[in-house]
Order: sequence, then C-alpha cells, then structure tokens
Amino acid sequence: MTTKPRLSVMKTYKLYVDGKFPRSESGRTYEVYDGKGTFVANAAKASRKDARDAVVAARKAQSGWAGATAYNRGQILYRVAEMIEGRRAQFVDDVRTAEGATAPAANRIVDAAIDRWVWYAGWTDKFSQVVGGANPVAGPYFNLSTPEPTGVVVAFAPQGSSLLGLVSVIAPIIATGNSVVAVSSYARPLPAITLAEVVATSDVPSGVVNLLTGDAAEIGPWMADHADVNALDLTGVDADVATDLQIRSAQTLKRVFPARSSDRDTDFEGDPGTARLAAFVETKTVWHPIGT
Amino acid sequence: MSTPTATTDPASAYADVVRDNASLRAFLYGLPGVDQVGADARAAALGGRSIKTDAKKWAVDTAISMIDLTTLEGADTPGKVRSLCAKALQPDPSDLTAPHTAAVCVYGDMVRYAVEALGDSGVGVAAVATAFPSGRASEAVKLADVKDAVDAGASEIDMVIDRGAYLSGRYLDVYDSIVKVKAACGSAHLKVIFETGELATYDNVRRVSWLAMIAGADFIKTSTGKIQPAATPPVTMIMLEAVRDWYAATGRHVGVKPAGGIRTTKDAMKYLVIVNEVAGEDWLDPALFRFGASSLLNDLLLQRQRMSTGRYSGPDYVTVD
Repeated sequence: MTTKPRLSVMKTYKLYVDGKFPRSESGRTYEVYDGKGTFVANAAKASRKDARDAVVAARKAQSGWAGATAYNRGQILYRVAEMIEGRRAQFVDDVRTAEGATAPAANRIVDAAIDRWVWYAGWTDKFSQVVGGANPVAGPYFNLSTPEPTGVVVAFAPQGSSLLGLVSVIAPIIATGNSVVAVSSYARPLPAITLAEVVATSDVPSGVVNLLTGDAAEIGPWMADHADVNALDLTGVDADVATDLQIRSAQTLKRVFPARSSDRDTDFEGDPGTARLAAFVETKTVWHPIGT
Repeated sequence: MSTPTATTDPASAYADVVRDNASLRAFLYGLPGVDQVGADARAAALGGRSIKTDAKKWAVDTAISMIDLTTLEGADTPGKVRSLCAKALQPDPSDLTAPHTAAVCVYGDMVRYAVEALGDSGVGVAAVATAFPSGRASEAVKLADVKDAVDAGASEIDMVIDRGAYLSGRYLDVYDSIVKVKAACGSAHLKVIFETGELATYDNVRRVSWLAMIAGADFIKTSTGKIQPAATPPVTMIMLEAVRDWYAATGRHVGVKPAGGIRTTKDAMKYLVIVNEVAGEDWLDPALFRFGASSLLNDLLLQRQRMSTGRYSGPDYVTVD
C-alpha cells in the first residue's frame, strides 16, 4: 500500500492581546526556524501600534486583577500550571524545536517551567507578609507597610531560554497583581505562542497577560517612552539597547529591572528567589492611631 | 420644498408657515425626505478620511476650543463645578499653549458658581433648562427655569423640546414653547435639544431642525446625553444640512452641537470632517459648532501631549474631571 504524500501545514501564528489572537496591525510576519535552520512557521511581527494596543488592554485589566484576592490570583496561576502540564507533550516538542534541545533536556525545561508557575502561584498570598509588616516606631500609632502592584509592566523575555525564561519573567509580574505585556524571544517564539494559548484558556482575565512576538529593539524605545507603562523588565534586551531604554525610562519615572544585566547572566534553572516579585511592587506605608 | 426668499427677518418670512398647526405640518412634511441608507453611507465615508499630522494638530486644538465641558449629574457640587471651570480655562496645566474650551455646561442652580469661577475669561456658561432632560414640566415652570439660569448669569441656555408633543404631531406647541423660551433668554444664546434618539427617523430630525430654526434657535443640539443612542454622525450630518439650507434661505447662521457618546479624538475628527464637507468652513468655529462632551477633552489632551512630546501618554497625565 502506498501512502499519499501530504501537504505540510505551516501555521502563521498571531499575537495575544486583550484575550484575543489578532494579526499584527502592520500585517508583518517573519519566518521562524528550528535549531537546525529548517523553516518551521511564520510568526506575527508586532509593531509599535500592537504594543500600544497591548498597553491599553493591560491598563484596562490591571485594577481588576490587582483587586482580586491574592488567594484567587494564586488559584488562577496554579490553574495555568495545570494547563501547561496538560499540554506537556506540545511544550516539550516546542522547546526541542525552538532551542534544538535533546528530549531529556526539553523534558527537564518543561518540568522546571511548570514548577516555576507553581512556585509563584504559592507566593501570591504570602508575599506581603515577607516584604511588608508592622514597622517599629516610637509613638502612639501603628506604622504598617504593604506592597502594592506597580501597574502595567512591559517585559522583554529572554532570547535564549524560550519557555523557562519566559515563564520566569511573566509569572512574578502577574503574581503580585500587575498586568504584563511580554515580548517573546525573537528567534524562538513558538513556546511563547503556545503559552498564550494556555493563558487564554485558563482563568486569567483578558488583558492581564499580553504576548507579542517581535523585535525587542524595535518596540523597546516606544515602550520605554510610553507614559502609561509603569515598569520595564529588560531581561531579554542586549546591553547596549538596555542602556538606551533605561535613559528613556527615566523621563517617565519607570521602574526598570534588572538595572544592569542580560539573560546570559541569568541561570533560570536555579532558585528563583523573590527578587523578581519584589521588583514590581511599590511599598505603601500607613500610620494609624493605636486608640484607647 | 417652498423656500421663502432670503430676508434678514426669518420670523416674518415664515409667518404663514406657523399660522396654525396644519400649515406648519404641511411645511415640515414638504421638506425633502432623507434617504436613510444614503445618509448612513455618506456619514461613514466622510468619517473614514485619514487625517495627517499637521491637520491633526489643528483639528485637536480646534476640537478643544469647541467643547462645552459638561457636568450634568445629580451629585454635582459647587466644588466639582469650580474644578471643571479650572479645567475649562486651562485644560492642560503642563502645556499652557492648549486652548480653553468654548463653555462650561451645568444645571441651572450651578450657574452662579461657574460664572464666579470663569469671570470674563471668554469661556461661556451654558445652563440646561426647561426641566432637562425629560422636558416634562408645565410651561410656567420651564420658563421660570430659563429665567432663573439667565438671571444667574448664563450666557447660553440649552432647552429640551417636548418630544411627546412633537411625536404626537402637536408641532405648533413645540414651536410656541421654543419661541417663548427664546424670549425668556434675552441676550443669552438658545440651544434647542431634540433628543434625536427618541425621534425615531432621520426625516423627523430634518423636520425638527427646521421647526427649531423657524422658532429662533441659535443652535440645534442632538441629545441630552442621557438617552441612547445619543449623537451619531448621520444625525449630525442631517442637522448640518438643515443649517446650511437655512443659511441659504435666510442668510442667518445657526450652530450645531452633537452631544453624548463622543469620547475619542478619532470620533471628534470625523465630526470635523463632516462639518467642513456638509456645512462648510464657516461652521469650523466654536461660535457655530460645539461638542457636548466631558470625557472627550481628556482624550484630546492625551493626543496633544503625544504630538508635542513624541511619546505615548497615559490617563495619569490628565485630571479625572
């Protein structure tokens, strides 16, 4: 019996903005290749208008997400981890294609990514106890500090670590009640797109997570200038571009993380700690009379 | 349509038309009908124009200068009116080149606070009167409402017509009430609100526009902002056609004010294109075209900041009210 040859189905992937999967407003796409240089798919190349739309969506969603109970946010993040687990095979496949990793290595990366989501899901309702608290003051009043979300964070995901790095960047931002516009790895966007599909079908409200595929160096300056973006995560940006973005960010008093680094310096498989959680919160301190 | 010859006194030219309800009705029904599909298509086509940078800068400033900054809530306070006036005078404190708005629009009892806050700045004080927004009160009460606002210093009166009377065919009653309110206004400008969302057809919009202009309206206004749908591009276009035709017939300019539902710079620009294409350049002036809006101003300011600084702005950079 002879088998008929099949046409290969090459997908054109889209962006993820405000809970929907739009094409780039610019109509641009770019070609994605696997680790061996074979054509895999087309991905949308986000323009500054797409980025701006994503910021609008993130702003709209942020207060509702921050207003949800920390416990509820934790449940929703855990749900995302469950969904990644459910699509484990596809993620392993994507990571192998994107990073040219061996099967055991790809399995290890996906395991670590799931564990990372669970780690941050657990932190949502514990974080304020760790970084907030009652401050010792010499007077007849309480002095209490509590962390509040910074707002809308634009995150440039690591260029090398296509899934674990992306998860390590996005999860801490949303765990503390921020909304995020994430720009994925330019050369390795497929795991990001699959992650967007997971987020869209879990219980994360529309606009809390927005994922753009495209060039960080192109979108970056517009986001650094944007007055309605509260913070930047420059993990995946080259050092020279990062300097420019930090200078631009100063004009609108944005938080910038990390101050000086690139993802080559970061070991995403190591202990994540709480540094990324603490990077995107503002400490609010209130004074309250003790009373009699 | 039987158009009287041009004259400086429209009232006498149309004296025959308003002799009784039957003749007024005959005149209004003699106006050409509106092709609804055609009107929608033309308004949509005009709204689809692309506005380029320099024209956009001009349009944003023109739109700001045409705004009647409005607060018409039951919860209004003197403090809120004062802060609105401060915003009308200086919409963007970080950029003093931003023009002031045309007027502040408030309820009658708030007029005195607005007059006090605005002084002789050139920003008008518009007051809604005649039992706004329903228009359901006796004539004596409506006229007292107008007089009250005028006495307090309002330079513009926004009256609502009795839609019930209009829809049941008592056109002369509507005419009479506008004439009486106009008389009560004294030197204040009269804007007549139709609430087009309740008038059902475009034909009615054209007829009521003529009715108001014959009765002496200085401005015709789409809506109270309390009923959906409020201002729409096709309805505004029909009203602009009416003022254009009225000008051709009588030589007298009447202004148009769309109100309610215009929130974005993009929307405002669509309206400006329609004004220019339908009525002409004369109407691209705050004296003859206004936007009844409160949230529109912030979006215009954000666009203005974006154009002057080169970076996208955010709602934290403008005041809430």
